[in-house]
Amino acid sequence: MKHLLSTADLSRDEAIQILDISEDMAAVSTHEVRKLPTLRGITVVNLFFEDSTRTRISFEAAAKRLSADVINFSAKGSSVSKGESLKDTAQTLAAMGADGIVIRHPASGAPRVLATSGWVDAGVVNAGDGTHEHPTQALLDAFTMRRRILGDSGRGRDLDGVKVMIVGDVLHSRVARSNAWLLKTLGAHVTFVAPPTLLPNGVAAFDADVFYDFDEALARVKPDVVMMLRIQQERMNDAFFPNGREYARSWGLSAARLHGLPEHTLVMHPGPMNRGLEISDEAADSPRSTVLEQVTNGVSVRMAVLYLTLAAGVTN
Amino acid sequence: MLSQADITRALTRIAHEILEGNRGADDLVVMGIPTRGVVLADRIGEVLQSISGQAVPVGAIDATLYRDDLRRQPTRAPRPTTVPSGGIDGKTVVLVDDVLYSGRTIRAALDALSAIGRPKAVRLAVLVDRGHRELPIRADYVGKNLPTSTAERIFVRLEPVDALDEVAIADERTDAHSEGGAS
Repeated sequence: MKHLLSTADLSRDEAIQILDISEDMAAVSTHEVRKLPTLRGITVVNLFFEDSTRTRISFEAAAKRLSADVINFSAKGSSVSKGESLKDTAQTLAAMGADGIVIRHPASGAPRVLATSGWVDAGVVNAGDGTHEHPTQALLDAFTMRRRILGDSGRGRDLDGVKVMIVGDVLHSRVARSNAWLLKTLGAHVTFVAPPTLLPNGVAAFDADVFYDFDEALARVKPDVVMMLRIQQERMNDAFFPNGREYARSWGLSAARLHGLPEHTLVMHPGPMNRGLEISDEAADSPRSTVLEQVTNGVSVRMAVLYLTLAAGVTN
Repeated sequence: MLSQADITRALTRIAHEILEGNRGADDLVVMGIPTRGVVLADRIGEVLQSISGQAVPVGAIDATLYRDDLRRQPTRAPRPTTVPSGGIDGKTVVLVDDVLYSGRTIRAALDALSAIGRPKAVRLAVLVDRGHRELPIRADYVGKNLPTSTAERIFVRLEPVDALDEVAIADERTDAHSEGGAS
C-alpha cells in the first residue's frame, strides 16, 4: 500500500489487514518498551493546512512509536500564508528528505493530487480533506467496534451484520463519508439520521437507510452502534437548522434517548464533543461511550497505516 | 529429508537436552517464532511437560516489526505475539524456529524479546540448521543439520498449519511453487 487516500479504495481484505496489524500495534503499548524500531531512519512530515491538534498529535505519537523522525508543518505562520502553492510546499519538504506525508487540507481531493501528480515520491496519508474523507478516523472507528463487539476473537473478521447509525451533519462530515464506505466494505449496515438540510445530494450512493426523525430511526433500526457527528460552530449561522437548542432536542443523544437504547449499543463520537448539543453529558460519560478508546485506538491504527505505507521498499 | 517420526524424535531429544541444560523445568519459557516455530514450541512444551511432569509456559514472539530487511521486501504482515501470563523477566527463554539460515530473524526476535522483558538467559532451538549464517548466531539445540546450497529451499511442513509433517529440500529453480513454509 503506497498511499491511503480514501476508504473507498480499500478492499475487504486490505481493510481487515489494517485492523489486524492495528491489533499488533495496540499490543506494543502493553510491552515494557512501548516503542518499535520499524521506521528508524524514515522521516514523516505532518503537513497540516487546517488546525487539528488531536489528529496531528495522534499521527505524531504513532510515527514516534515506530521510531520515525517527525516534522510538523502547519500552514499558519508558514510559507503558505505568503502564498506558496501546494506543489512548492510539498516539493520543498520532499527535498528535505520526507519519506511520508500526512496531509490535512481544506480542499477535498488535495491528498490525491499530491499522491498522483508526480510532484513527490513520498507515501501520502490523507488526514482529512475538505468535506471528502478522513480514512484513519473510519479505520479507528471500525477497529473500536470490532474490539468491543467481537473482543479477542475479532482478528481476521469483518463487521458483518453490525447496525451502525450515523447521526448529525452528514453533509459536511468526512468522518461520515469515510465510515460509510468502509463499513459497507466490512459488511456492516449503515443508517444516516440528519435534518434534510444536512444530508448530501446523492446520499443514495452510500447504500444506507436515511431517516430525518432520530426517535423513529432508533425505534425502527435498534442500532448496535450510534455514532454522533460533531456540529461545527461555523454551521450554526448558516440556517441548516433553527438553533442549537432545537438541534439538541431533535438530533442530540439526550439522556432519555440514551436510556432507550438497546442494552449493548455503543455510543461513539469522533471528538471534540459539543456537550449539550449533539451529545449529552450522560451519553458522553456512560460506560457504553467509546470516546476515549477511540483516541487510544487511533494511535494503534495510525501506526498500522504508517507501517503499511512506509515500511516496505517494494510494492506488492 | 525428515519424516514425521524423525521430527517427533528430534523434538523429544531437544526437550531432553533443554531439561538437562536447565537442570529441570523451573523458570523455563518456550517462545516460538511464527508461523511454524509456534507449532514446534507447542510440541516441545508438551514433551517438556510429559517428561518433567511440570507445565511449561509457551508463547509466541513475532519479529517482523524488528527486521532489518523490511525496506528490501514487499510488505510483511506481522503475526500476533503472545506472552505467557508469568512474563519472561528472570526466566530462561527458549526461542524456537523451524529453520536457522542467515540468523537475521533470530537477531530481530532477540530485539523483540528485550522489548517485552529481561530474561535471565535466552537459548535457541531449531528443527533444521541449514548453514549460511550472516550474523554471529548459533543454535543451542538443533534437530538436524542440513548442509545446503543457497540455491536450494527447505520446506518445513507441520500440522496443523500444513496437511502433514515433513521437511523437504528442493532446488529453487525447479520447484519454486511448492506449498509450505520455505526458508
